[in-house]
Amino acid sequence: MVQYFKNIWSGLSSTAIGMNITAKHLFVKKVTIQYPDQKFTMPPKARNRLALDMVKCTGCTACAKACPVNCIDIETIRVMADDPHQELLHTGKERKLWLGRFDIDFAKCCYCSLCVVACPSDAINHSAEYEYSVYKREDLLYKFQTLTDEQVKDKQARLAEFMAIEKVCHPDDAPAKPVAKKNIDEKTE
Amino acid sequence: MENVNFIYDLLGKNFIAIILVISLPLMFVLVYALAAILAELKVSAWIQERLGPMRTGPWGILQPIAEVVKLIQKEDITPDKANKPLYNLAPFIIFTGAYAAFAVIPFSEYFVPAGINLGLFYVFAVGSISAIGLVMGGWASNNKYSLMGAMRSVAQLISYEIPAAMAILSIVVLASTMNMQEINKLQSGWFWNWFIFGGPGSITKIWVIPFTIGLSLIYFISSLAETNRVPFDIPEGESELVAGFHTEYSGMKFAMFFFAEYANMFIVAAILATIFLGGWNSPFDTFMQGPIWGAFWFISKAFSVVFVQIWLRWTLPRFRVDQLMYVGWKVLLPISFVCFLAVSLFVMLK
Repeated sequence: MVQYFKNIWSGLSSTAIGMNITAKHLFVKKVTIQYPDQKFTMPPKARNRLALDMVKCTGCTACAKACPVNCIDIETIRVMADDPHQELLHTGKERKLWLGRFDIDFAKCCYCSLCVVACPSDAINHSAEYEYSVYKREDLLYKFQTLTDEQVKDKQARLAEFMAIEKVCHPDDAPAKPVAKKNIDEKTE
Repeated sequence: MENVNFIYDLLGKNFIAIILVISLPLMFVLVYALAAILAELKVSAWIQERLGPMRTGPWGILQPIAEVVKLIQKEDITPDKANKPLYNLAPFIIFTGAYAAFAVIPFSEYFVPAGINLGLFYVFAVGSISAIGLVMGGWASNNKYSLMGAMRSVAQLISYEIPAAMAILSIVVLASTMNMQEINKLQSGWFWNWFIFGGPGSITKIWVIPFTIGLSLIYFISSLAETNRVPFDIPEGESELVAGFHTEYSGMKFAMFFFAEYANMFIVAAILATIFLGGWNSPFDTFMQGPIWGAFWFISKAFSVVFVQIWLRWTLPRFRVDQLMYVGWKVLLPISFVCFLAVSLFVMLK
């Protein structure tokens, strides 16, 4: 009998305690951030969309090798000495490789940040950008190359020419690059 | 005792006046339901430290209208194997049951749609109609969850109708009338004349006050169970029964259930406000007392009760079925009997 009244009392009093707690929460400052109007400040190491500094990038392809999902696709072309178009890296040294293609497919990217760690020249980094939804998956393929298509073709032609001369001079040497080899094959046919 | 009705006074007792008297509470229910939906959304959000709807209109106040428009646009689906006449009839019966009770709710000293002498009895009688609607909807849906929800709902209604009736009966004994307008008039004056504080009378009423406060609590708890609100929402417990008896309903029929639920909430709040909290009487004697102030006091008292219902919903978890039966039959019922006896004894000795 005593237990019965104790139960009733504990039921009523715990309800009162609970209602007191919820009433306090009624007047607390709300935690909601009204997203499109107000924005959340990103933590310093947030892994958002990758950004690339093409002046710093040496074309070493370390990021492409580090990528676990193969979302980075790089094609480099050796810089020819006779090319009137020469560029300096941010360190002041001469650029050794042109970046004919530097694509990152953010549909594949898993934001693991391994490319950022691998990059020797600090060129690839996470940006603050996180709003980049698109309607088509193809639109998530970002092209970072700074050269125009004509320039790329020009540089490829120069390299192929050079390789052809190399082939004539040292016919025993294996071709240095598959790209060059392909061009030579076409020519020989 | 003649009940004063301002519409009959103005227009005479003709056909148009009767239609007006009938439709005035309907207008009120529609506006009130929108306000209550918004209150539910906002209070739940604030208790959880969210902002709630903020996009539709300033501070999201148009959200309930948007929800109603959404429900109107939705496809009205009738399940293939459902019992179509019963299935289509159920929401209307539930809403009729909820709306019929408004006939005796005294909104003000000068407005009660039909001030019959058996007001409280009538409210209880028509309140049970909604149980028929629930069973009908649950059975006709041809869905196991709906049927289980309907069965639970009826078991709950039967269990909790008795303590609620005992609580009301005690007040009827105190007031010696079932006319809600009369009960209101008895409670005029300061707030200590309200029946939650033992009703009008000399200082000797002091020993009946604990019992009347207990009765008001009992009535409030059982009214929660009757309107299927948390913590007594086992007929529509989402985690167990999808949505209980209205699982299969969509579009406007679902909206009817929704409106009926909110109308029922208001009715139990209105009864609580009338029989325990003084109805349309001002708490401070003649201060702000009058026909229009009366409507203000009545509606604000009823809304406070509705607010407490919403507040409780976001505080307590749901009861288990056996716990629900325990509370109904072993706690509320004996205590309500004891309170009833005490109040009756007090009235006899007075």
